[in-house]
Amino acid sequence: MSYTKPVFHHPHLTKNELGYTKKDYEGSLSTLCAGCGHDSISAAIVEACFELNIEPHRVAKLSGIGCSSKTPAYFLNNSHGFNSVHGRMPSIATGANLANRDLIYLGVSGDGDTASIGMGQFCHVIRRNLNMIYVVMNNGCYGLTKGQDSATADKGSKAKAGNVNPYEGIDLCGLAIELGATFVAQSFSGDKSQLIPILKAAMSHKGFALVNVISPCVTFNNNVGSTKSYDYVREHNESLGRVDFVPLGEEITTQYEAGEVKEVKLHNGSEVLFHKLRQDFDPENKIEVINALQKARSQNEILTGILYLDNSGVELNDLLNTTEVPLNQLSEKELCPGSAVLSEINQGYR
Amino acid sequence: MSGVNDFVIRFANVNGTGSASANFLFAKTVFRMGVPVVPKNIFPSNIQGLPTWYEVRVSEKGYLGRREGIDFMVAVNPQSFKKDVASVNPGGYFMYDSTKVLHEEFIRPDIHYIGVPMMEICNREFSDARQRQLFKNIVYVGALASLLKLDFAEIEGLFAEQFKGKEKLIAPNVKALYLGADYISKSVTQYPSFYVERRDLVGERILVDGNTAAGLGAVYGGASVVSWYPITPSTSLVGAFEDYAKELRVDPVTGKNNFSIVQAEDELAAIGMVMGAGWNGARSFTATSGPGVSLMNEFLGLAYFSEVPVVLVDVQRSGPSTGMPTRTQQSDVLEAAYASHGDTKHVLLFPSTPAECFSFMSDAFDLAEGLQTPIIVMSDLDLGMNDHMSEPFRWDDNKKYNRGKVLNAEELDKLKDWGRYKDVDSDGIPYRTLPGGHPTKGSYFTRGSSHDEYARYTEDSDTYIRIMERLQKKMETAKKMVPAPEIHANGNALGMLYYGTSAHACEEARDLLSQAGTDVDTMRIKSFPFDESVREFIEAHEMVFVVEQNRDAQLRTLLINEMDLNPATLKRVLHYDGTPISADFVLKGILSHLQTKSH
Repeated sequence: MSYTKPVFHHPHLTKNELGYTKKDYEGSLSTLCAGCGHDSISAAIVEACFELNIEPHRVAKLSGIGCSSKTPAYFLNNSHGFNSVHGRMPSIATGANLANRDLIYLGVSGDGDTASIGMGQFCHVIRRNLNMIYVVMNNGCYGLTKGQDSATADKGSKAKAGNVNPYEGIDLCGLAIELGATFVAQSFSGDKSQLIPILKAAMSHKGFALVNVISPCVTFNNNVGSTKSYDYVREHNESLGRVDFVPLGEEITTQYEAGEVKEVKLHNGSEVLFHKLRQDFDPENKIEVINALQKARSQNEILTGILYLDNSGVELNDLLNTTEVPLNQLSEKELCPGSAVLSEINQGYR
Repeated sequence: MSGVNDFVIRFANVNGTGSASANFLFAKTVFRMGVPVVPKNIFPSNIQGLPTWYEVRVSEKGYLGRREGIDFMVAVNPQSFKKDVASVNPGGYFMYDSTKVLHEEFIRPDIHYIGVPMMEICNREFSDARQRQLFKNIVYVGALASLLKLDFAEIEGLFAEQFKGKEKLIAPNVKALYLGADYISKSVTQYPSFYVERRDLVGERILVDGNTAAGLGAVYGGASVVSWYPITPSTSLVGAFEDYAKELRVDPVTGKNNFSIVQAEDELAAIGMVMGAGWNGARSFTATSGPGVSLMNEFLGLAYFSEVPVVLVDVQRSGPSTGMPTRTQQSDVLEAAYASHGDTKHVLLFPSTPAECFSFMSDAFDLAEGLQTPIIVMSDLDLGMNDHMSEPFRWDDNKKYNRGKVLNAEELDKLKDWGRYKDVDSDGIPYRTLPGGHPTKGSYFTRGSSHDEYARYTEDSDTYIRIMERLQKKMETAKKMVPAPEIHANGNALGMLYYGTSAHACEEARDLLSQAGTDVDTMRIKSFPFDESVREFIEAHEMVFVVEQNRDAQLRTLLINEMDLNPATLKRVLHYDGTPISADFVLKGILSHLQTKSH
């Protein structure tokens, strides 16, 4: 494969270090409902990629089926996209990543796509620590089929039609930590200032990064009694403190009091700064994180921020000892052992 | 009764007792003596304790199908004695472990009994319990070698190869071999009229199973991403790929793998990964059996409609549902041809031999990338898991992979108007791009929803029809790229049509028919979609016998459906009891059609 240098002429727009403007990261016009949380997440993805100086074509966007899975059409028009089948995005992402480990794999899914039909693939892609960002646009309902409860709807949450969900809701973040996810974050589509640095950190993490974003469905799940409405999430959002993402090569200029900030270095040299609001919380201590999540749940709080970060994980290609050269760039020379070897093999079967 | 180099021997064992390698030793020795062999393993879906049979046909004439009737039974499993005694041909032989007296209910007046006190010999000569068990198998091979005049030097040579690096195991094996042989020479006076005599009838051919061949074919074909979920009878195919890849595909400098293999959580994920890798430009495959293909239907439809290269091997077993997991059949033909909802159609390849498993498998990647669609290699349990005498594997070092229509950055820059699904060359095959290839050109959205030539979502009826018709045109192009049928026609009124592992039995049946005064033309189908020569063959014959290993005559249905043929000319000959088809069966089937006709 070969790459061509981009030529851009947008004199009035701010450019990032690569010379791209934000426009270069945008997608087609959204066809989602006005006010949909998902559109805010798409905008945050555009912003995060722009700020991180990612070449748009080096990102592959992957999704399953549902409102959330439509969004890859609404950001990064210069990236290849793959809108696959329901609940199966993780397997497409896995195969794509094995074929070319050099790209950034950005998966977008919803709560139906992930927590119901796609639960198996979700669990296994985490176990394998695939190097990808897995964004869940989580609204607790099936928007595209007009508002049925999803598996992440909280027990007792009331739908627009008035029915109360009698089943336990699945906590994707708790589950992901349990399954060995190496980066787990939770945020709210209405909080761009928190979501963008989280996405930037997730994109810089080597390994599986889950970003579960509560993203209210304005049409079917924004009513009184719903635990995924804008009002409810705003009232019950318990932020773990501000997260700053410091890219590689940038200095941390502000001085902090001891114990106020925790710095965690990522594989690519960039850093995540946790501004601690809670002294009892350490994002690298799995047991504390699980405790905090359980406690929040019992108090009807939604913990947001980067909940868990483990930099010691080994991503799938390295686990498999795969060559550094993307497999899709290998030719006959590396792939085909040739006729002389085959003659010896034949001899072994005589 | 059969004669020199022409008999069938069957071993009745308990599975999990190490008998398989001893039985293979017998078959391989005959093969090394230059005499064609046809080994068949008939085994249960179980790891230990149930009856299992291994059958070896020795055929001077080189017929490679199964032959019915057992001339010699090696019965070491009392559980199946009753059935085993009954299956011996009159005048045949029944060898058993005479440590215990054979109950009189197993005595037939019309067969010969040879008692060898296998357990007694082993208990006397070996102290270790596992050795006593394992060497019992070698003792009977020794007894057989003596009775059937096998070359002991060949057997000892095979021991030396088998235990390379573990040389101390050679001596006790040789000892066990001669314990069996000596017992025979001391106690048996009348030897069977049939035996093995050295010949030079094997030539350069090899003895190998189809799964190994296909796994190796995938290495040669350039597969670099493999994902799979274990299922009998396909598991050993990925195992073979892995073994050969570890041997042949590790970078000598870095020690890193030029391949990756992931055991998926299920068949859905397995083919999903294959599709992701194919979309991203790596050659990728998965192997499964019928139940797995059922699960993969969803992705096969997506790959067909979004035009992503996929290679899938279906090592067919007896269905429906779980069916008989360790028995063979050709009963996934329709499922594979039309896998997934909506109007879909897939390219199928039908190998008949390990050599074809190798070459069809390596070619499947050229076809998948060339046509941008799934290619399904239709093997079966008999071909995949049994050893077959086959032409050797061949590879032309001048061959270049056909990577299909993939545009690189320079090519994209030269194009004014690129659309992912535009039919530029009028062959139904559009040009694709790979992720990461160009900063501003060539990106598109792959989707299973209806799309236009530029990959944009559309529900416009005219556009939809255009895309669907182009996909049909692509299948027309496929006809010119897939292997053509093998036809032997001499202007006879009768024809016989077959595919896959029915080939050997059918070729033998053709000779038997000819000896009985009825000549038939033959056609072996190697692929789907069918090209015009298939129609021409069928229409040139008054009656065509379609021989298949399934109940519903699936290929026949496919022929009628695809080519609007007159069903009356296509006569079913169907074998579906789970065992490999035999020439006797084909012959009977054809004769019964001919009798019906003359009435």
